[in-house]
Amino acid sequence: MSDTITKGTEAPSDDNGPKGAAKAQKPERVASLWSDALRDLRRNPVFIIGAVLVFCLLVISAVPQLFTDGSPFEGGACDLANSLKRPSADHWFGFDVQGCDIYTRTIWGARNSVTVGVLTTLTVTVVGSLLGLLAGWKGGIVDSILSRFTEIFFSIPLLLGGMLIMSMLGTGNAYTVSLVMAVLGWPQIFRIMRASVLANKNNDYVMAARALGAGSGRITFRHILPNAIAPVIVVAAISLGVYIGAEAALSYLGIGVQPPQISWGLMISDAQPRFLNAPHVLLFPAAVLSVTVLAFIMLGDAVRDALDPKLR
Amino acid sequence: MGRYVIRRLIQAIPVLIGATLLIYALVHYLPGDPVQALAGEKRADPIVADMIREKYHLNDPFLVQYWNYITGVFQGDLGESLTGRPVSEMIGDAFPYTVNLALVAFVIEAVVGVAAGVMAALRKGKFLDQLVLISTLLVISIPVFVTGFVLQLVLGVKLKNDYGIEIFSVSFNEEDGLRAYLLPAFVLASMSLAYVARLTRTSLMETMRADYVRTAVAKGLKRRRVIGRHALRNALIPIVTFLGADLGGLMGGAVITERIFNIHGIGGLLAQSVYQKQGTIIVGVVTLLVLIYLVTTLLVDLLYAVLDPRIRYE
Repeated sequence: MSDTITKGTEAPSDDNGPKGAAKAQKPERVASLWSDALRDLRRNPVFIIGAVLVFCLLVISAVPQLFTDGSPFEGGACDLANSLKRPSADHWFGFDVQGCDIYTRTIWGARNSVTVGVLTTLTVTVVGSLLGLLAGWKGGIVDSILSRFTEIFFSIPLLLGGMLIMSMLGTGNAYTVSLVMAVLGWPQIFRIMRASVLANKNNDYVMAARALGAGSGRITFRHILPNAIAPVIVVAAISLGVYIGAEAALSYLGIGVQPPQISWGLMISDAQPRFLNAPHVLLFPAAVLSVTVLAFIMLGDAVRDALDPKLR
Repeated sequence: MGRYVIRRLIQAIPVLIGATLLIYALVHYLPGDPVQALAGEKRADPIVADMIREKYHLNDPFLVQYWNYITGVFQGDLGESLTGRPVSEMIGDAFPYTVNLALVAFVIEAVVGVAAGVMAALRKGKFLDQLVLISTLLVISIPVFVTGFVLQLVLGVKLKNDYGIEIFSVSFNEEDGLRAYLLPAFVLASMSLAYVARLTRTSLMETMRADYVRTAVAKGLKRRRVIGRHALRNALIPIVTFLGADLGGLMGGAVITERIFNIHGIGGLLAQSVYQKQGTIIVGVVTLLVLIYLVTTLLVDLLYAVLDPRIRYE
C-alpha cells in the first residue's frame, strides 16, 4: 500500500516545474491511465485519509500487542467485578458484561476482520477475473457454460448460503468465513471482468497485436487484461469493506467466527441484549467496525474517481 | 420479444437445477443425523428412526433422492418436512412477512434513493450534494444490524418513553398493519438506499452532459421536462439493474432485520431448519429465492426496452 504511494510521489515530480522548457528537451511523457490515476490519487484527500486509516489498521492487526497492555486471552484478563463499567481514563472503552476490557478486545479483534476482508477480496478477484477473462475472450459455448455456472452462485443469497456452508464446515474462524464469502462472492467480479473484456476485445490495439503475430495467451494477458482490469480493481477495493461488514453480520447471526476468538461482529452481538443499559459495550466495537469499512470504501471511491475519466 | 422470453426461461432451467443440486448436496453432507435431531437430547428409538428414514427415502443414494425431489418440484410439490408438514404450507406461513418487509423496503429504497440522488445531481458540489454524499457513505459503512439496534432504541423506545409518540414499534406486531413494517423495512433498505442514491447521482450527472439533453434545453423545454423525460429516463437503466438484482437480495438480507425486530419470516424458518437439518425446507426456501432472482432479472432486462427504445429483443 505505502509502496504505491511513494512511487506516485517520485514519478510525476517534473510536472510542477516550468512546463514548456522541460517538455522541449525531454521526450513526450507517456501518461498512461495508471500514471494519471496515481497522480490524481496523491492529491485526493479522500484517498489520503483512507490510506492512513487502512495503514493503521494493518499495523494494529499485525502487532496488536503494541497497542494494549495485555492479551485478552491470558488468564485473569477479565474480572467480573468490572462487569459493564463505563469508559474511564484508564479504560477508554469501558468493560463488557464479562468484565473484559473492551479496548483490548477491539484491538485484538482487528486481525480477524482484516484477514477475512483481505483473503476474501484476493480470492474473489483472482478467481473471478480469470474466469471472466476466459469467458469474455473465448465467447461461444465456453462463455455460455461459465455464465450459467456463475448464475447458480449469484442466485444464492449470501446469508442463506453462508448459514448452510458454515454449518457444514462446522468450525467458524477467519479462514472458513473467507472461504464461504469467496464461494458466494466471485460471480460479481466474473460479471464485471467479462463485460470489460467484451468491451475491449474488438478494439484496434488487439487487432494490431494480432497483426504483429502475438499469440492468444500474450494478447489476453499483456494487452486485454491490463486494459480491462480497472473496473475490477475499483469494485474489489470497495467490496473489501463490504466483506468486513458481512463477516460481522455472519458473526452476529452466530455462524461466523466462533468464541473464544474475538470478532467485532461477535462483540456487537454479545452486547445487544444489554444495549439499553450499557450502550458503550455495543457502540465502541460498532464504531471501530464502521470506521474500518468506511476507510476501505473511501479508498475504493478515490480509486474509482481516478480510474474513471468520464466522471471528471 | 416472445421468443426472447422463452429463450431466457429455458436458460433459467439449468441455473435452477444447478442451484438446487448445490443446496441439496450441502444439506445432504451436513454433519449430524436429521432423524436424531428430531428426537432432541434423547437417543432416537431405532425402530421409529428406521421408519422415518424409510418413509422419507433417506437411505437412498444422494442422486436418487435429488431426482425424486426435483421431479416433485417441477410438478409443484415441494415435499414434506420430517415432521410430516408440507413444506409449501410452512413456507406459506412465513413467506408473506418476508415479502411484505422486502416490498416496503423496496419502495422506500427506490423512492427515497432516486429522489436523494436526483437532488444531489442537480446541485452538484453544493451543500445538498455534499450532505447526500456524506450521509450515504456513513450509512454504507455502518453495519445493518447496528443501524437496526440504534433506530430501534431511538425511534422505538426513546420516542415513546420521552415524548409519548408511538409511530414505530420496537418489536413487530402484526395488528399494526403497514405501520409495523415501516421501521424494519427502513433498516433493511438503508444500505441499498445509499447505493441507489449514489448511483442515481452519478448516472444522472453523466446523462445531463449528453447531447440530447443539450438539444432539449436548446429547443426551449422546461427544466422539469428536460430532467424528467430526457435525462432521468436515460439515467434510470443502471438504477433499474441495481434495483432488480436487489429485490432478491432484500429477501435474503431480511434474515438480520427479521431477527432484530422479531418477525417470523423466512430467515427464522431457515435458521431453524439448518439447525434441525431439515433438508426439504432449506432447499424449498432457497429454490423459491432463486426463482425470484431469475424472474426479477428477466423483468429488468425487459424493462430496458421500455426505458430505451434503441434496445430491442428479437
